[in-house]
Amino acid sequence: MSLEIDGIGISFGGIKAVDDVSFTAKPGEVTSIIGPNGAGKTTLFNLVSGVYAASAGRVRIDGKDVTGLPAHALARRGMARTFQNLQVFPQMSALDNVMTGCHMQEKSNLLADLLGLGPARRETDRSRASAMAALERAGLAELAHRPASEMSYGQLKRLEIARALVTGCTILLLDEPAAGCNAVETREVDDLIHAIADEGKTVVLIEHDMRMVMRISSHIVVLDQGRKIAEGGPEDIRTDPHVIAAYLGAHGAAEAEAAAHA
Amino acid sequence: MAGQGTTTDVAPAGTGRREYSKSEGAGRRRIGPGLRTFLIFVALVALGALIFPSSYFYRVGTLVWINTLAVTGIVVLLGYVGLVSLGHAGFFAIGAYVTAIGPNYGIPSPLAMAGGVALAGLLALIVGRPILKLSGYYLAIATLGLGMLIWMVLSKEAWLTGGPDGMVVSGMNARNLFKMVGLSLKSAEAWYWVAGLVAAIGAAIAVNLAGSPSGRALRAIHDSDVAARSLGVDVAKAKSRAFVISAIYAAVAGALLALANGYITPDTGGFMHSVEMVTMAVLGGAASVYGALVGALILTALPQVLTVFADYEHMVLGGIMVLTMILMRRGLVPFIADLWNRRKS
Amino acid sequence: MSELLQFLISGVTVGAIYAAIALGFTLIYNASGVVNFAQGEFVVIGGMTAAALIAAGVPVILAAPIAVVAGTLVGILLYRLAIRPAGQAPLVTLIIITIGASIFLRGAMQAVFDKQIHRYDGFSGDAPLRVGGATILPQSLWIVGGSIAVFAFLAWFLNRTRAGRGIKATASNRMAAALVGINTGRAMNLSFALSAGIGALAGVLATPVTFTSYDVGVLMALKGFSATMLGGVGSPLGALAGGLLIGLIEALTAGYISSDYKDAAAFIVILLVLFLRPQGLFGARIVERV
Repeated sequence: MSLEIDGIGISFGGIKAVDDVSFTAKPGEVTSIIGPNGAGKTTLFNLVSGVYAASAGRVRIDGKDVTGLPAHALARRGMARTFQNLQVFPQMSALDNVMTGCHMQEKSNLLADLLGLGPARRETDRSRASAMAALERAGLAELAHRPASEMSYGQLKRLEIARALVTGCTILLLDEPAAGCNAVETREVDDLIHAIADEGKTVVLIEHDMRMVMRISSHIVVLDQGRKIAEGGPEDIRTDPHVIAAYLGAHGAAEAEAAAHA
Repeated sequence: MAGQGTTTDVAPAGTGRREYSKSEGAGRRRIGPGLRTFLIFVALVALGALIFPSSYFYRVGTLVWINTLAVTGIVVLLGYVGLVSLGHAGFFAIGAYVTAIGPNYGIPSPLAMAGGVALAGLLALIVGRPILKLSGYYLAIATLGLGMLIWMVLSKEAWLTGGPDGMVVSGMNARNLFKMVGLSLKSAEAWYWVAGLVAAIGAAIAVNLAGSPSGRALRAIHDSDVAARSLGVDVAKAKSRAFVISAIYAAVAGALLALANGYITPDTGGFMHSVEMVTMAVLGGAASVYGALVGALILTALPQVLTVFADYEHMVLGGIMVLTMILMRRGLVPFIADLWNRRKS
Repeated sequence: MSELLQFLISGVTVGAIYAAIALGFTLIYNASGVVNFAQGEFVVIGGMTAAALIAAGVPVILAAPIAVVAGTLVGILLYRLAIRPAGQAPLVTLIIITIGASIFLRGAMQAVFDKQIHRYDGFSGDAPLRVGGATILPQSLWIVGGSIAVFAFLAWFLNRTRAGRGIKATASNRMAAALVGINTGRAMNLSFALSAGIGALAGVLATPVTFTSYDVGVLMALKGFSATMLGGVGSPLGALAGGLLIGLIEALTAGYISSDYKDAAAFIVILLVLFLRPQGLFGARIVERV
């Protein structure tokens, strides 16, 4: 399903953290949001996924207006996300973390859950199977029974992806999925995101690793100080003078060079 | 770990839960985790019956199981979801008083008991829903007020409740239940078994919940409200369910106390009783039913032995709460389990 | 008419006490994000200490300040021994710690003093003044004056002094405050000390009218919460207005409905506020510390 963002904005104490941002993310594609620190990328995710209430603009899924719906209702319409500052369930095992992502598919009722009746067990078995499959996909199968609190940052990033995947989402918002990953892991995350998009899901990505962004994005939206300053394919963005001034220029030549050689 | 953990707190602990996921990892399930907990509890009830030398011990034992049951409700609310109620004694007292008042108006005890439990659940539903949309502080404050209101009604409406002096509970005796199946027990023994069995059922239900779809949603809210929402969990609704469930636990425990004691006072609904329940959960470890049992056992049995407890009850309870939170935030059972595991490895 | 006036006078008197408690809550909440359930105990510490000293023959003019200092010290100890060691603890932990502390202090009060109900003579005697058919105790004027003084002091302190601005900065963004060189630990310490001192002062002023005993702290805290919620969490003006309103509602309930249930009024107000207007009259909602 396509995700349309139309003139969305929010201000905190008079400062416009996100201001009149519009773009459309299409199914089967990776749309990346880039920009310098404090550009409002994560705030944009929080607006789109219902964590914050937007003070202006609309969000549409496949043309249907979903602006202002609470986060759980958006999840029910197929939107899943990961978090920049990790929101895992540290007290649970990796497996239980991902099984929680199956919440919307689980059909058992409260009574069955309390009495440990057949339906509750069957749903749990089914959730466990799909959670294991997702862990496998994220390369975390061996850690399934490890408490999340004992996993590394990069592993937790992938745990969140696995958890988002089992929700059966059609739109996936990924907030810096490769942060804290080494080169090999980054490559794995990269492949995973590719594969997710190839399944026809709409992927929206926030990422600082320019190499990765340039490699896997079909479409890039550049934010600076809460506003969209450019939008287009990787080639357009690489050569856009505004972007170079606002982002790459300020950040030094190294990243620009990395991007050029990607 | 003391005092600096950023994520740990009164939280899903080892014991019950870790065993649970292990047993499932194996894929075969001869005995479900709920049934296993039930059997362990029944074994402990039987152990008590084997070693108790007098009726006095049975009476204290009965109190331990009744408290365990009520605290299991706190475990669901505090340990699973991470919400504090300061008015659970109110629900406890509703269960107790409706059970006590019913027979005076020709309603048989079992029916009155069911009515009391239903009333407590309904009240929790009505009061909880709007409050649980807000931050955790609001529930603590609102339940504090609700508990006081209930206590006030019980103390002032003497025509119905006997006022501050309390009232006699007429009605059923557990002995008769056992007579029906051909067992002849003393009254104190009979109530001990009833309370123990009900506590065992309550524990089994709480364990079932923890490993079920609904339970995972609750535990998710405990760890990250935001993430739970992003996975489609209706947080306000889930919290409201947990609140109602825990109120029902308290009400059943209250009804049992009324019947077993034959006498109740408004203090069963007082603020200090609410605090006592929370302290039991916090001390034992709010994340598991075993924590509920250990907390209830210690804080029910100790005052029988130590007179200092009666003289300085407040200081002891308050001190336990603060120290447990600072030194072993997850409570005694997980704390000891950790020590044990560390020694083994 | 004179009956109504009488109720209003007593409503304003107790309302001023609740307002002072609510101001204490607001101060700590603003500085640290902690809702301090032990706030009511400071009121009791103030009242009981003053009562004990006065009974021992210490003149009021000495006993009152000593009681306030005692409350302030307990507030500092509370922060140092119970709140600070918990570090950046989750909300549940902080709630349980402050409740535990409140129960502990209640027990300590019972151990240090006794279980009796205490009062002492009003500062300016107990001869009622006549005002248009109603009577007013001179102590009521002390109470109302005290609350207004506390409010004015806080307004001056938070806006005009360096230490006070430190508290405000810590409240709005602890990390940023630390970065610009504000000692946030000191700001938290100060807010607990001040808020405890304010609570104790309320206790010292109120005891001649309301009496005190070791176990009234929770009820005081509940009334203070109600006032805070009604006015709007985090707003000092809201705390003042909320306190007076709760006092008036309570006095009118006692006068016209039932004195048995006057304490219920505060709770009913809490529930109505939560159902209808969770942000209170003037403020923002309590936001969880994340």
